[in-house]
Amino acid sequence: MPRPRTPRPLVALIPAAWCLLAVGCSQANGTPATGRGAAIAVASGIPQAAAQASPPEDGQWLMPAKNYAATRYSGLNQINASNVARLGLAWTFSTGVTHGHEAAPLVVGSTMYIVTPYPNYLYAIDLTQPGGVLKWKYTPNPAPASQGVACCDVVNRGAFYDNGRLFFNTLDDQTVAVDAASGQEVWRTQVGDIGQGESTTMAPLVAKGKVFVGISGGEFGIRGRIIALDEGSGKIAWTGYNAGPDTAVKIGPRFHPFYASMRGKDLGMSSWPGQQWKQGGGGVWGWVTYDPATNLVYYGSANPGPWNPEQRPGDNKWTSTLFARDPDTGDVIWAYQLSPHDLHDYDAVNENVLLDMNVGGQTRHVLTRADRNGYLYVIDRTSGQVLSADPFVPVTTSHGVDLRTGALLYNQAEQPKLKQVSRMACPASPGGKDWQPMAYSPRTGFLYIPSNNLCQDVEPQTANYIAGTPFVGMDVAMYPGPGGNGGQFEAWDIVHRRKAWEIPDRFPVWSGALVTAGDVAFYGTLEGWFRAVDARTGRILWQFKTGSGIVGQPVAYRGPDGKEYIAVLSGIGGWSGAIVSGNLDPRDPTAALGFVNAVKELKKQSNSGGMLYVFTLP
Amino acid sequence: MTAVRAHSLLPLLATAAVIATAGCRRETRLLHEPPALDQRVMGVNVANFEPGGQPPDTLSRNPYDGNAYALAEGKRLFSWYNCVGCHAHGGGAIGPALMDSTWIYGSQPQQIYASIVQGRPNGMPAWGRRIPTYQVWELVAYVRSLSGLVPKTAAPGRSDDMSAEPVENTFPAGKGQLNHAKPAGQQ
Repeated sequence: MPRPRTPRPLVALIPAAWCLLAVGCSQANGTPATGRGAAIAVASGIPQAAAQASPPEDGQWLMPAKNYAATRYSGLNQINASNVARLGLAWTFSTGVTHGHEAAPLVVGSTMYIVTPYPNYLYAIDLTQPGGVLKWKYTPNPAPASQGVACCDVVNRGAFYDNGRLFFNTLDDQTVAVDAASGQEVWRTQVGDIGQGESTTMAPLVAKGKVFVGISGGEFGIRGRIIALDEGSGKIAWTGYNAGPDTAVKIGPRFHPFYASMRGKDLGMSSWPGQQWKQGGGGVWGWVTYDPATNLVYYGSANPGPWNPEQRPGDNKWTSTLFARDPDTGDVIWAYQLSPHDLHDYDAVNENVLLDMNVGGQTRHVLTRADRNGYLYVIDRTSGQVLSADPFVPVTTSHGVDLRTGALLYNQAEQPKLKQVSRMACPASPGGKDWQPMAYSPRTGFLYIPSNNLCQDVEPQTANYIAGTPFVGMDVAMYPGPGGNGGQFEAWDIVHRRKAWEIPDRFPVWSGALVTAGDVAFYGTLEGWFRAVDARTGRILWQFKTGSGIVGQPVAYRGPDGKEYIAVLSGIGGWSGAIVSGNLDPRDPTAALGFVNAVKELKKQSNSGGMLYVFTLP
Repeated sequence: MTAVRAHSLLPLLATAAVIATAGCRRETRLLHEPPALDQRVMGVNVANFEPGGQPPDTLSRNPYDGNAYALAEGKRLFSWYNCVGCHAHGGGAIGPALMDSTWIYGSQPQQIYASIVQGRPNGMPAWGRRIPTYQVWELVAYVRSLSGLVPKTAAPGRSDDMSAEPVENTFPAGKGQLNHAKPAGQQ
């Protein structure tokens, strides 16, 4: 079993103490923070999840992120660090589908709901029956051709439960509402067009009577956008584009970005050559969060297209941008572009965990995110001000984030140039962390980050736009970064702004994370190991080898019998597992946009599969 | 000339003739598109069996097979039409790997032609109305070269891209996929 690594505490404490005093604090990894910003001193106390966005524990799991604050934290503690070694398999359920099972199982009362990869079955399982019995199965019948426009396997990240209904997306751009009791379809709405290279893989967010969904296809030159549907009828209420004129983006008089570089008229057009914003990418395929206190919906837009940056000079707004929108109207209140003129496919779609933190003696309402570009950001969620940005993985593509201007300080040596090979770009395109969501424990103050340790060589090519076909223009070959491990499960101490411990893994850790009040954190590996670790120390307490690699999101719930259960889907796929689910050929290092090169041996470690595993104490 | 010398010259002349022919095929520039190339595709089965017994072997020939210029053009078009975006440089991504010996819809030239022109149900777009016929045949030749099904002397010998994958003329010869499509799902 791999052993956790802990950075030497004494060395780490000195810079942290300095942080308590002054601006421009240096941080434990030795990389100086750049710019002068507000003192990021954190006096005492562990940050708590945003109060209105994280209701008390009720034993259910109603949305993939557990709550609007996206903590993925369970208040259940029947399973805890002292007894989890005795965890055993309670029951299993075969989904009948292979390919990447990225969803989080939902538990509503005594029923569990699972969305599968294409063809996107929705199963309802009766938890009151021994072994779990299928109540109903809903088959949306998405168009088979949609499999041809899904960049990174035909995955689905899950459904959302609200008010008696389940909401999820099919691969071919239909948002569906299904009655949770009967399995009958209530409405379905077409939100995109596979002929334009659009697909939908994300889990919707439902808030304030609206269903928020977004389009995938940054590799297909789509016109990325977020769409709000009326929860009752499914009719489209508003659409917010992520590029183009201010009217389309919904930037107006209420827009007050923190940084000067975000201000100006129609930046969504002027930061592109010609009309290229129309094929600019900027999809919304990741996580959407909602804060009832600020009445803001937060999400990030994906990479600009094509990957070849020389074809799109300019900042390419508003791709790789974090948005705060009014859920009722879609108006953008603030926006911050994390990776302007993105050079490395650093989408900004990762989840934002909403916390209230004591910063410099004041309570700040922040969001924290582990971005593709390798930085762990703490951002004021009322204004968009970056309070800190610290590397959580090795980074060569930039030197840091300028807190004064918000700029990502790119390393010019790693700028891709047409027909030239550039090497050792870290993090590689999947980033320090891709979509796989982290969890936060308000007991330890740690973020539990399933993450990658990848670097890459790239060579840009000329990309041609042909609607419905890839618009990329980049040859990529990835490989493990410093240390030789492909990834790790790391705990990040948010107060001291440093890694607390990490468990290296041979492959990127592509599952979601779960942490509980029992001080146990759970994650899965691409080899199929499902692990429970001590949330404070990282010591591995228990593990179980499931039948296929795990890319799903583990959840914890209280069963009808009062016992605590842990559930996770096993079934390899997604971008990292595509070599297995697509039976790709490792002799071509550029296969799967370069990922195959980093996981050449993965077929020996895992076959395709599709199984739900549920564990409990004896 | 003595009798002995005449005998030793014949094999030499025969060998020279074969080399010259193959060489001619490798080097010939087809300046006009052979008529009704797409007619060969009519009657191509996607399924590998017909009721009433095995169908006759219908080996087809791609006029560009073994033609170095066509293969080089096919390689260029493979990037140009974004085939690389789904199939990478043979290893696959959104679409299946083309460099291995698994052929869902068959590896005969007209089967590959049909797959490109008609599209296929699980995501392969139908290019028939978008690409001229002769370019499809150039792509067919190149796709076959990705799994070693064309003569090594004609397959591209150099990649102008990042030196990631081996070049096509080093690929081991394809394993007997010339006649029958492998059933889908078999890996």
